[in-house]
Amino acid sequence: MSVALEQHAEALSARFGDTVERVPSRCSELTFEVSSGALREVCAALRDEPEWRYEQLVDVAGVDYLDYGRDEWNTEDATSTGFSRGRSASVRPESYAHYGTESRVGPREGRRFAAVYHLLSVSGNRRLRLRAWCEPGEPPMLDSVVDVWSSANWFEREAFDLYGIVFRGHPDLRRLLTDYGFVGHPFRKDFPLIGNVEVRYDPAKGRVVYEPVSIEPRVLVPRVIREDNRYAPELKDPKRHG
Amino acid sequence: MAEIRSYTMNFGPQHPAAHGVLRLVLEMDGEVVQKADPHVGLLHRATEKLAESKPYNQSIGYMDRLDYVSMMCNEHAYVRAIEKLVGIEAPLRAQYIRTMFDEITRILNHLMWLGAHGLDIGAMTMFLYCFREREDLMDCYEAVSGTRMHATYYRPGGVYRDLPDTMPKYAPSRFRGRKEIDRLNDARSGSLLDFIEDFTKRFPAAVDEYETLLTDNRIWKQRTVNIGVVTPERALNLGFTGPVLRGSGVEWDLRKKQPYAAYDRVDFDIPVGVNGDCYDRYLVRVEELRQSNRIVKQCVDWLRANPGPVMVDDRKLVAPRREEMKGDMESLIHHFKHFTEGYCVPAGEAYAAVEAPKGEFGIYLLSDGANKPYRVKCRPPGFPHLAALEEMTCGHMLADVVAVIGTLDIVFGEIDR
Repeated sequence: MSVALEQHAEALSARFGDTVERVPSRCSELTFEVSSGALREVCAALRDEPEWRYEQLVDVAGVDYLDYGRDEWNTEDATSTGFSRGRSASVRPESYAHYGTESRVGPREGRRFAAVYHLLSVSGNRRLRLRAWCEPGEPPMLDSVVDVWSSANWFEREAFDLYGIVFRGHPDLRRLLTDYGFVGHPFRKDFPLIGNVEVRYDPAKGRVVYEPVSIEPRVLVPRVIREDNRYAPELKDPKRHG
Repeated sequence: MAEIRSYTMNFGPQHPAAHGVLRLVLEMDGEVVQKADPHVGLLHRATEKLAESKPYNQSIGYMDRLDYVSMMCNEHAYVRAIEKLVGIEAPLRAQYIRTMFDEITRILNHLMWLGAHGLDIGAMTMFLYCFREREDLMDCYEAVSGTRMHATYYRPGGVYRDLPDTMPKYAPSRFRGRKEIDRLNDARSGSLLDFIEDFTKRFPAAVDEYETLLTDNRIWKQRTVNIGVVTPERALNLGFTGPVLRGSGVEWDLRKKQPYAAYDRVDFDIPVGVNGDCYDRYLVRVEELRQSNRIVKQCVDWLRANPGPVMVDDRKLVAPRREEMKGDMESLIHHFKHFTEGYCVPAGEAYAAVEAPKGEFGIYLLSDGANKPYRVKCRPPGFPHLAALEEMTCGHMLADVVAVIGTLDIVFGEIDR
């Protein structure tokens, strides 16, 4: 990470104190986690104060962390002779915690939904990523930043539609991408990939009808998590190799 | 005097000027737009969710189908996001090939835009002219990837294969005489690079042709000047990028400001508008056609002089060549693993953006270390543009809505995803 970016990060940490927390990044990108209560203030300051000047909100992405670090290669069910290449518990203990009964309460302390904001400073030629965890409970809630950046309008509507995140203070929080009368939030990890309903034209009724899906869900390639050390930064460190 | 009430009217989703499946609910006062509420999502295919259920490489083809008139640029963003997380760089020759095809894609996209936008507001000939040149560029796509549109040509670590030495040729048919076939095949007698070079020589004259039809055309100006004006401050706040932002006078182009691929090694200029109306955006895009042509030319020269690998040499990420696979056990295993399980990308998050023809196309990739992405978020440039449609059209006439939709260069493949 460049020196200028590092200084920028330190200045940000100093300015916003404990409302933001720096997250380490693999690829020299700046990421901060913002406490959900302070989100609007921090965003307004990031746009207006002359040392940051993040004029643009490039993207808002909802994320559902329900299955994070969880793979579909269930080695516990395999026979003693099969699937020896599957991952074992020692590989990645913190993600393995998702597996059994204690699943879904892992390193994220039960927090499930987050919104990820990508900011761009045109005058400073910088990017910044903010992640705000939604307040737990159903529906997950966050403050809207539409009055800071108008571009947040549709991005927040999209996150509401696909993840069910309710943005407090949004002027027009309607569904955006899904069908009229759609039920559920399709990008949540517990929403099946094949969906819940299918449509067809019913010649007898003379209209389009909705029915429960008839296809079977299937996984062609299971999710596998292998600790991939080849690209780990500590191995790339020349001092390590002597 | 009769009482006139505002009434609501549906524009689309089946409307030739809606550029796909836009349903626009307009509240009209006479012929003046009071409110515009775009209903999108009719082309929603949940690409991002599908990508979560597939190994990384299998989703490259989905990226083509997002913005289906600037295919390779979408792939570029996706592939760069993976490369960023894995921590590899494509070889320089691959970077040049990507640069060249990104610019070919930009010309493809702008030609499609110019033709369709012209057709929307009354310049029928433009459509025919633009498709003439587009056809040649489609042939470049076909020569390099085998398909005319959905190429799936870029891969993490480079591009799928090197540029071919021959171009496919036209065969005689009862619709085309021998003379015409010979004329068409003349440019196709050499390698792909010869064909592209020939195109770059022909293309500036073609752009002049478009400009004689439009730039000083009285009707064209009446339809576009002072229509859909956006100030630079609003353009930034509304999340505009690409030619729409530059048309408002903000000098911002990722190719210059945050260079990727080989853009820091080629010479080009960024056109910027003054008034931020439809006409300025038109001028910006036409100038971009010329600049893209310049970049393509430079890439052709460099690629001729510098042969080399087009893919990183890493069997954990890239499948071995077929000949190797047939003879070598280890390559066979790599091949099998590559096409079944795929590769695992280390846990982390990355955002990679490219200057797609329509603006900033970004991919936010979140990985938990698996062989499938945990979350892929596409940041389509057209999405915030369409979101601002209401602000841009309020107070304009109904006919101007068509001009504004056209000038935003909307494609529903990327907006609905």
